[in-house]
Amino acid sequence: MKTVKHCVTKGVLYFCCFIVLIITGFPFVFLLTNSFKDMADYLQGVWDLPDKLFLGNYQAVLQPDFLRYFLNSVIVAGISVFVIVLVSSMISFAFAKMHFRGQNLLYFIIIAGMMIPVHTTLIPTFTLLSSLGLRDSLIGLCGPYISYNIPISVFILTQFFREIPKEVEEAAIIDGCSTFQVFRKITMPLSSAGLSTVVVYTFLNIWNEFINANILIDSAAKKTLPLGIRDFYGFETVNIPAVLTAILVGSLPVIILYFCAQEKVINGLTQGAVKG
Amino acid sequence: MINSKKLNKRLLVLAFVLPALFFYGVFNLAGIVRTFYYSTLDWKGISANKTFVGLENYIAVAKDPLFWNALKNNLILVAVSVFIQIPCALGLALLINAKLKGARFFRTVFFMPMLLSTVATGIMWILFYDPNFGILALLIHKLNLPISTAFLQGDRALPSILLVICWQFIPFYMIILKAGLTNIPEELYEAAKIDGANSWQCFSRITMPLLIPTIRTSAVLQLVGSLKYFDLFYVMMGGAPNESTELMATYMYKKGFTEFRMGYGSTVAAYMFIICFVFACVFLFMTRKKEDAR
Repeated sequence: MKTVKHCVTKGVLYFCCFIVLIITGFPFVFLLTNSFKDMADYLQGVWDLPDKLFLGNYQAVLQPDFLRYFLNSVIVAGISVFVIVLVSSMISFAFAKMHFRGQNLLYFIIIAGMMIPVHTTLIPTFTLLSSLGLRDSLIGLCGPYISYNIPISVFILTQFFREIPKEVEEAAIIDGCSTFQVFRKITMPLSSAGLSTVVVYTFLNIWNEFINANILIDSAAKKTLPLGIRDFYGFETVNIPAVLTAILVGSLPVIILYFCAQEKVINGLTQGAVKG
Repeated sequence: MINSKKLNKRLLVLAFVLPALFFYGVFNLAGIVRTFYYSTLDWKGISANKTFVGLENYIAVAKDPLFWNALKNNLILVAVSVFIQIPCALGLALLINAKLKGARFFRTVFFMPMLLSTVATGIMWILFYDPNFGILALLIHKLNLPISTAFLQGDRALPSILLVICWQFIPFYMIILKAGLTNIPEELYEAAKIDGANSWQCFSRITMPLLIPTIRTSAVLQLVGSLKYFDLFYVMMGGAPNESTELMATYMYKKGFTEFRMGYGSTVAAYMFIICFVFACVFLFMTRKKEDAR
């Protein structure tokens, strides 16, 4: 009797899993199968597998423009993540390992930044970068990307740095290390888990960011991928499979990253947010 | 000698602190200050003419029915996030926490909506919702259902977008809640089973009480996130949300960057800042009190 009940429960659970699997996973299968169809094939059978491999969509997407957007995203995310990790780990080191007046207050002020919605400073960011002549430039775009990811990164890294036992660093200093050397050779390598969380979280944030890029970038040559996908949709509105292909290609780096380092991505995204 | 050592130490601290402080100060801190400064100006964007008008903008926004309408939509979004997304996310978290074969695979796929950027998600769903050629429309035509396919028109736009937000964010809260479930020690359930507790009792007496802190964290994230939400509404309404889909952030954007009324837009932003701040404080205060009382 009990085993029958057990089996029924299991069956219901698997059924639920199956339903959710379709809701969450199907759009991705749909993107993939329809990227190999032309518009006529798409209309004939959206649900069918493509009967021949039509590569026209990929040809339409993989044009110099789209590669340019891709490269711009790589540049902006690369520079921003590098600077974020560098400056955040330095100030976190100061918070965790040094003593100075106003330390707690300063820490609080920076952490409070996590509660500031990006949108409330959109207009000042716009006017500031305009007056500096950095609007519509990739470097200018890095500014808000860096500053807005500092609070969360500092929060995560300070916690990690605090967990490193004092003795390790004291030993290094006795052996003749300077403070910079302790930071670079002891603290940073011992916090690789925290650093990778910060890298994944900020990278995904910046890679997918839309609103700042939308107001700061005008010229086609400087657009990032989200803006590019939106433009592509604007040109090709009627060609649904081509737009689906653009979405798929634009999201591919993140999807690949996810399948290579699933735990890191999930941890990076959720830890970053929970602690925020 | 001692003095120079002290000086050195101070310089060292400065060297570690200043780089981050520079970015944070220029964009975040000065940004907030300047938002409040701009909010007291009558300033039409590009022109250099700025007139100080004091609190006039604040009064104008408070009397602006479109702003209140936007706030109302934000509150609908808060309600959907807290009362629909979190229970669904809890259900999914329990599902992947149940000892099923392939639980890892299920979790991998369930999380995937989080990987797309909001622009990609928004455009993908515009295509799904397409009244003539979208998959939903084609499905409805095929089955001959008497349902209108104008998903993003009029009053139906808001629920259609809310559905996409649920699709995108429920997996995220699922993972957060799953982490909370993993932290509950297995022994508690074993002990309860020995004492004769059934599954429902285990859930209501062990799982839920121990999960409350995680649920609270999720609710705060939902609250703040929903009050400042922008992306999907902007993208899915083609950059111009109408009355039924306007949010505070999209309204601010419209005033500041479409109509170039920077002063008025900044006032909307200032209200957003204040509302987010007050809501978060009230919520944290309320939930903290409960904890102390226990």
